[in-house]
Amino acid sequence: MASTATVATPHHVAAHKAPTGIWSWITTVDHKRIGILYGVTSFLFFLVGGLEAILVRIQLAVPNNDFISAELYNQLFTMHALTMIFLALMPLTAAFFNYLVPLQIGARDVAFPRLNALSYWIFLFGGIFFNIGFLLPLFGGESQAPNAGWFAYAPITTRTYTPGLNMDFYVLGLQIVGLSSIIASLNFIITIINLRAPGMRLMRMPIFTWMVLVTNVLIVTAMAVFTIAVTELMFDRMFGTNFFNPAKGGDPMMWQHLFWIFGHPEVYILILPIMGMVSEVLPTFSRKPLFGYNVMVFSGILIGWLGWGVWSHHMFATGMGPIADTFFALSTMLIAIPTGIKIFNWLGTMWGGAIRFTTAMNFSIAFIAMFTLGGISGVMHSVAPADLQQTDTYFVVAHLHYVFFGGTVLGLWSGMYYWYPKVFGRMLDERLGHVHFWLTLIGMNVTFFPMHFLGLFGMPRRIFTYADNLGFNEMNMLATVGSLMISLGTLVFAFNLFTAWKRGRVAGPNPWGASTLEWSIPSPPPEYNFRELPVVRSRMPLWEGDPTKEAAIPHGRHEEDTQTVSFAGKTAEMPFPDDESKMSAHDLGIHLPPPSYWPVVLAAGITLTFGGLIFRPLDGALHNLWYVSILGVVLTAVSIYSWAFEPGH
Amino acid sequence: MDHAHAAEAHAAHPGHLDTTTGLDSRKMAFWGFIGSECLLFGSLIATYMGYKGKSEFLGMGPYPHDGGWKNRAGEVMNHGILDIPLTTISTFILLMSSVAMVLALNYTQRGDRKNSVLWLLMTALGGSIFLGFQVYEFTHFYNEGLTLSSNLFGSTFFLLTGFHGAHVTVGVIYLITLAVMAQRGLIPPAKALNVEIAGLYWHFVDVIWIVIFPLVYLIK
Repeated sequence: MASTATVATPHHVAAHKAPTGIWSWITTVDHKRIGILYGVTSFLFFLVGGLEAILVRIQLAVPNNDFISAELYNQLFTMHALTMIFLALMPLTAAFFNYLVPLQIGARDVAFPRLNALSYWIFLFGGIFFNIGFLLPLFGGESQAPNAGWFAYAPITTRTYTPGLNMDFYVLGLQIVGLSSIIASLNFIITIINLRAPGMRLMRMPIFTWMVLVTNVLIVTAMAVFTIAVTELMFDRMFGTNFFNPAKGGDPMMWQHLFWIFGHPEVYILILPIMGMVSEVLPTFSRKPLFGYNVMVFSGILIGWLGWGVWSHHMFATGMGPIADTFFALSTMLIAIPTGIKIFNWLGTMWGGAIRFTTAMNFSIAFIAMFTLGGISGVMHSVAPADLQQTDTYFVVAHLHYVFFGGTVLGLWSGMYYWYPKVFGRMLDERLGHVHFWLTLIGMNVTFFPMHFLGLFGMPRRIFTYADNLGFNEMNMLATVGSLMISLGTLVFAFNLFTAWKRGRVAGPNPWGASTLEWSIPSPPPEYNFRELPVVRSRMPLWEGDPTKEAAIPHGRHEEDTQTVSFAGKTAEMPFPDDESKMSAHDLGIHLPPPSYWPVVLAAGITLTFGGLIFRPLDGALHNLWYVSILGVVLTAVSIYSWAFEPGH
Repeated sequence: MDHAHAAEAHAAHPGHLDTTTGLDSRKMAFWGFIGSECLLFGSLIATYMGYKGKSEFLGMGPYPHDGGWKNRAGEVMNHGILDIPLTTISTFILLMSSVAMVLALNYTQRGDRKNSVLWLLMTALGGSIFLGFQVYEFTHFYNEGLTLSSNLFGSTFFLLTGFHGAHVTVGVIYLITLAVMAQRGLIPPAKALNVEIAGLYWHFVDVIWIVIFPLVYLIK
C-alpha cells in the first residue's frame, strides 16, 4: 500500500479534458461534480451551524449572561438544529451518495443526471432562503430566523403565538429542502436498483451502497409525511386554517405525531449512511472482510423498518396512556438489537485484523465508542417513567449530540479522510488529521458528557440563561471550553481540506488497498468513471486474485469462473496507462448526458414560488412579495417544458 | 428515450441489458414517486380522519351531511353541505376517464395516432369536467358558509380535496401536452412509455379519489 501511495506519477491528477469554469459547474449533470458541490456547500453550512452553536455556548458559559438576547438565543438554537440536520449533515451524506454510489456499483452516472442537479440547486437555494431571516437586519428589519425549536411544536408555532416571519421561513424553507431530498432519493433508489454493473447482485453490493438504499427509502417515505405536516402548518399560518388552532379544536398531538413520524426515521436517515461508511473503512484498515455482511445488511434494513414504529417515544411526556407508552417503549428497546448486532460485527471485523490506525480508522473506531454511548442513553430514554424525568432537560441534549456528533459527524469525518483521495487525487495530511481527531474526540466529550449531569440535575434545555446558585456553573463552563476545542479541531480540518486539495500527497487509484470498485479507477476518476463497465464476481472485487485475502472474501464464489472478466485498471498495481486516462469520454465514444442549465432555472422557479409566499411586508423594508410567487410558477412551468423537450437527454 | 438514444445507451453498456432489472428507470422512478405520493395523501387522509366529527362534537358547525349550515347571507340551510348525488356524477366521470386513458395507451402502442390523440383528449376532458364540478362545489360550499377557516371540517376537507384537485389539474395539463405531441407524431409506438407513465399518474389520481370519496362523502 505504502508503495502505491507514494508513487507520484502525474497522470492520476492530470485533467481529462473535462470542461472547466463556473458555467460548467452550474450546468453540470456529472454526479461527481454534483457530489463535490454538495460537499462544499454543506461543509460551509456546517461551519455556519457550528458558529451558531458557539454563540449559544458562549451565552451559556456563565450564569445570568447577557451576551445575546433571549430572542436571538431562540433563533440561534433553532437554526443550529435546522442547519445541522437539513443543511449540513443530510446533504453531506448526500455528497457521499452522489460521488460514491455510481462508482461503487460500476455505473457511469446516476439514473437521472439532471434531476440530480435539480436536487442540489433546490437544496442550495432552500438553504439560502432558510437563512434570510438572519439577514433581515441588513434591510433595516429585525432578525427573524425560525425561533421555535426544530420540531416546531404547534400551536406555539401558529401565527397567534409566533406572529413574526420566523416560522414562515421554517415552513417554506422545509418544503423547498424537503422537495430536494425526495427528488434526490428517488434518483438514488433507482440508480442502485437499476444501474448496477454486470454481476453486481444485491448481496454483492458494497455495504455503504446498501445503507444508502435503505436510507433513501426512508427519506422518500418520511419526507412525504413531513411535507404534509409543514403544509398544514403553512396553511394555518398563511391561509387561516385550523389544523393546529386549539380554539377551533385543533389538536397539538396531531402535529407531534406527524412531526415525529418523520422525525424519528430522520434520525436513522442521519445514521444509516454513516454505518455504511464505517463498515467500509473498518475492513480496509483491518485488512479483513466485513464480519457478517449478510447480517449487517439485514440489521440495517431492520433498523430502517423498526425506525418507523418508535416515533412516540419522543412524546412520552404528553400523556398518551399506558398502552401507547408500553408499545413505544418496547419497540424502542427492540431497535437496540439490530444496532447492537452492528456494533459487535464492527468489533468482529477488527478482531484479529492487521489494524492500521489512520485518521479515517481512528474516526471510525471513535464512532463505534461514541455512538454506543449515545445508544445507551437512548435506551435509557425508552424507559417511559425515566424519560418523564429526562424530557426537555440537557440529558436529551447530551444523548442527541452523542448520536449526531459522536455518530454522524465522526463517521462523516472518517468518510472524508477515507474518500478524499479518491475525489481530489491527493491525500489529506495525516498529522493534521490526528490533531483534528484528538481535538474533536476530546472536545466532544468535554462538551457533551457534562450535559448528562446537567440534565439529571434538572437544567432545562432551550433556556437562554440560568441563575447562579443552581450548581450548573462549572459544567456549563466546561461544555463551552469543549465546544471551543471542537471548533479548533474543525478549523484544523478545514485547513487540511483546503491545503491538501493542491498540495497533498498524490494518492494513486487505491491508496488504502481497499476492495470496492471505486478504487479500481484513477483518482480523481475520469468523467466517464469506467472506461469499460466492470464485471463483478464477488463482494470485494479488488481483493480477488490475492490468495491471502481471497480465501476470506465472503461469497467470493467462482460459479462464474468461465466468464471472461475484463477489468479496466483493476488493482492499484495496474493503473490506467497515461494515454487512456487523458482521453475524454468523447474520444472513447462514451455517451454522457450533455450539460443543462434547466435544473438551476427550475430550482430557482420552485424556490421563488415558495419564497414569494412570505407576502407580508418585512417591517416595511420590503413590500408585498406575492408577485414573486407568480413569477416562480411561470418560471417553473417554462423550465419543466424546456427540460422535457431538451435535446440530447 | 428515442431509438437513437436507446442505441447509444446500449453502446454504453456493451453486452448487457440497458438496466440491471431490464425495466425502464423512468417507469420505476414513477412507481417510487407514487409510493411517496401515497404517504403525502396518506398523511392528509390521516389528518382528516383524526379530526373527523370533532368540529360537530365541539359545536363548531353541524355535520357535513345534516342541515343547519348558515350561508353567507346568514340564512340557515335545511340541507347538508355535501351533495352526494352531484359528487357521485363527477366521481363516475373521473373513473371513466381512466378507461379513456387505457384506450389512449392502447392506440398509442398500436401506432394509431388519430385515436391516440382522441382518447388522450377524452381523458383530459374527463379530468376537466371533474375539475369543473370541484370548482362549482368549492364555490357553492363557500357561499353556504364552509370556508378554510370556519372549522376543522373545512380545513381538512378543502386541503385534502384541493390537493387532489391540484393533482388532477397537473394531470390534465400533462395529458393535453401529450395529445399535442401525439398529434405532431412525436409519440410513435416505441415511445409509448411516455403515455404509459402518464397513465400511471392518472390511474393513481383516480385510485386516490376512490379512497377519498367514500371517506369524505359516503361515510357519515
